[in-house]
Amino acid sequence: MTVRDALNSALEEEMTADEKVYLLGEEVGQYNGAYKVSKGLLDKFGPKRVIDTPITESGFCGLAVGSAFAGLKPVCEFMTWNFAMQAIDQIVNSAAKTHYMSGGNVDCPITFRGPNGAAAGVAAQHSQCFAAWYGSVPGLKVVSPWNSEDAKGLLKAAIRDPNPVVVLENELMYGISFPMSEAALSKDFVLEIGKAKIEKEGTDVTIVAHSRSVGFALEAAQLLEKEGICSAEVINLRSIRPLDTETIIKSVKKTNRLVTVEGGWPQYGVGSEICAQIMESEAFDHLDAPVVRVTGADVPTPYAQNLEAFAFPDTEVIARVVKRTLNKKIGA
Amino acid sequence: MLSTQKISLAKVAAKAFITPLTVRTFASSAARNVSINLHKGSFESYNCDAPSLDVEISKEELVRMYRSMVTMRRMEMASDGLYKAKLIRGFCHLCTGQEAVAVGMETALTAEDKIITAYRCHGFTYMRGGSITSILAELLGRKAGISGGKGGSMHMFTPNFFGGNGIVGAQVPLGAGIAFAQKYLGHKAATFSLYGDGASNQGQVFEAYNMAKLWELPAVFVCENNRYGMGTAANRSSANTSYFKRGDYIPGLKVNGMDVLAVHQAVAYAKEWTVSGKGPLLLEMETYRYGGHSMSDPGTTYRTREEIQHMRSNNDPITGLKQRLLEFNIITEDEMKAIDKAARVEVDQAVEEAKASGEPDLSEFWTQIYQKEAGVPSVRGREPEEIHHY
Repeated sequence: MTVRDALNSALEEEMTADEKVYLLGEEVGQYNGAYKVSKGLLDKFGPKRVIDTPITESGFCGLAVGSAFAGLKPVCEFMTWNFAMQAIDQIVNSAAKTHYMSGGNVDCPITFRGPNGAAAGVAAQHSQCFAAWYGSVPGLKVVSPWNSEDAKGLLKAAIRDPNPVVVLENELMYGISFPMSEAALSKDFVLEIGKAKIEKEGTDVTIVAHSRSVGFALEAAQLLEKEGICSAEVINLRSIRPLDTETIIKSVKKTNRLVTVEGGWPQYGVGSEICAQIMESEAFDHLDAPVVRVTGADVPTPYAQNLEAFAFPDTEVIARVVKRTLNKKIGA
Repeated sequence: MLSTQKISLAKVAAKAFITPLTVRTFASSAARNVSINLHKGSFESYNCDAPSLDVEISKEELVRMYRSMVTMRRMEMASDGLYKAKLIRGFCHLCTGQEAVAVGMETALTAEDKIITAYRCHGFTYMRGGSITSILAELLGRKAGISGGKGGSMHMFTPNFFGGNGIVGAQVPLGAGIAFAQKYLGHKAATFSLYGDGASNQGQVFEAYNMAKLWELPAVFVCENNRYGMGTAANRSSANTSYFKRGDYIPGLKVNGMDVLAVHQAVAYAKEWTVSGKGPLLLEMETYRYGGHSMSDPGTTYRTREEIQHMRSNNDPITGLKQRLLEFNIITEDEMKAIDKAARVEVDQAVEEAKASGEPDLSEFWTQIYQKEAGVPSVRGREPEEIHHY
C-alpha cells in the first residue's frame, strides 16, 4: 500500500467511526486533495465533513482550533507545512497551550497534518522541515511517519488523541509502496505516539532517523553490512514529541555509538536534541565516540538540481559518517 | 534596490537584463498617434471616476505591445515544453492567456515604478527587464539563470521587480512596504502589488490595505482575477467576488484584463491617482489562464474545456490587439507574421542559450546566505566535516 493510500484509509476509517471527525483545508474536497491524499472523501462523506477552505491558513486554522474547543475533532490540512507558518500562532498559542492555561477546562482534540520537509525542486520557501520547531512546544504531540504502516497507525492515533497533534508527512513518500501487515490493515490499527521502532537490529552503531531519512539510513546500514564494515541498528523515531529516548538509550548501551539523521537544518534541530538528551542520560557513559548529527545543510534550499542534492542527506553521506564514527577511539 | 534605477540597471544589464521598455512620449506628428475607443464595458468603478474610454497611443507603442505579448506567449510555451521534457523541475506556473496584464502595465509605467507579484511571474520578469535567456535558464536551474539557478520559477527578480513570491498573499504587505519606502524617500513613483482571486481573502491583504490608506502610500493593489484559485472557483472561496470593491475605503476599478489597452489605460490612471497624493487604489483585472494552475494541474477537472476554448476564441489578448492593428492599418498582415516569426526565433535561440549554460558551481551553494559583510565565519553542510569557511 502506498503511503498516500495508507493516509487515505486512516482518514476514511476515523471519519466513519466518529461523526465529530471532519477534514478541512485547501483543495481537499472537490479537487480530491492537492496530493490526492483525501481522494474520494468528499464523495463518501459530503460537504459537511470535507470542507474546501479559502487560501487563508491563519483564519481556517484558528477556526478549526475553535471548533475543537467546542467539541469537534478537526483534521486541519496544510497544503504544505511551509504555509502553516501563517497559522503557527493558532497552533502554538491557541491549540498547544490552552488546556494548561485553562487549568484543564478546555480540550483541543485537533490533528494538524500535511507534507513537511523537502520535495524535489520546489526551492527555499517550499522545502523547510518543521520537526524541530513544533517538537519544542509543550502541549503539542508531533509525529513524523516514514512508511505506510507509520502513516496509517500514527494518523489514526493522532485523530483519536485528545491532544493537539502535528503530523509531519513527506510528499516524496506519498507514492512509495510498502507491505502492510494483517494487523495494519485492520480499521482499529493504531501506533502508540511516543514510541520509536527498531527497523533493523545491529550491534556496532545506532542510527536514529525520522521520515524519509529512515529509508536512507536503512540503505546505508545494508551497504555497510555488505561491505563487511559494521552491523548498524536503525531506529525509526516515528514520534518527535514525545521523543522515545528510552529506546535510543537502550540501543546506545548496546552499540556504544550514535549517529542521528534528519532532513531539517542542523542548528537547534532534532539531532541536537537527541545529542543533548543522551549527554544528560546514563547513555553518555556508554559512548565510545561523540554523537554525530547528519542533517540538512545550513542553507536556504537551492533550486538547481546539483545544489539541491548537496542540501539534503542521502545514503552516501550517512555511510561516510558512520564509517568515520566507527574509526574514532576514546582519547584519540 | 533604492539607488537610482539607471545605475543599478546598467550594472547588471550585461548579465541578465535587457534595456527596459520605457513609455515613449507622443511624437510631434499627430499621424503617428492613434485614437482608439475602448468598449464601454472595459471599466467599472467604485468610489472613483472611471478612466476615459478614449485611448491616445502611438503606433510604435501598439506594435511594441503586440511584440511583447507574442514573445511572452512563446516564452511560456517553450517553458511548457521544457517542463514536459523534465528539464524544469518543481513548480511552474504559466501566464498563458494573461499576457495583457503584464504588457499593459509596463507600457503605462516607468522604470521608477515598482512591481511585485506572486508565483505566476515569468511574464512580469520579462517585461521588467529580465532577458528570455536568463528566465529560461533559471527555470532550467542553470548558472545563467536570473537568480543564478538558486531560486527557480517562483523566485525571479529585477532591480524594479520584487518577484516572484511563493507564499500566497505575502507579497501584498511587501508591496505596501516598497510603496512606503518610495514615499519615505520622496520618489514620485508607485508600487503595484499583484495577487490573485484566491489570495484576495488573505488577512494580510487587508492589513496592507489599512496601512496603505492610513499612511497614504503610493500603493496600487492589483487583483489578477483569473476566476480560479488553483482548483477553487472564485465564488467558492470568496463571500464577495467584486474584488475591486474589497478595499472598502480604498476606491477601485474593475478592468477588462484581456484587453491590453484597457489595462494600459487603467494602470496609467492608477499611477497618476496615487502619485498625485490621493493614496492607494485597487484594480481588478478580469483575466484568464488557459493552462492549469501549474504544470502539475491539467486545469480541466474544475472547469470545462468549452469555457477554456471560448476564452481562447473570443477574448484572446493577442488576437484582440491584432484585430486593432489591422483595423487601424498600423501594420500589415505580413509585418505581423514577421513579428511572430521573429519572436519564435528569439525564444528558440534563448532556449538553446539557456540549455547551453551549465549548472551552477558547487561553490555557489555557500554564497548569498548573507551579505558578505555579515561576519558569519563558516557554514555547516550535512555533517560536521562538510563545512565551508568564508
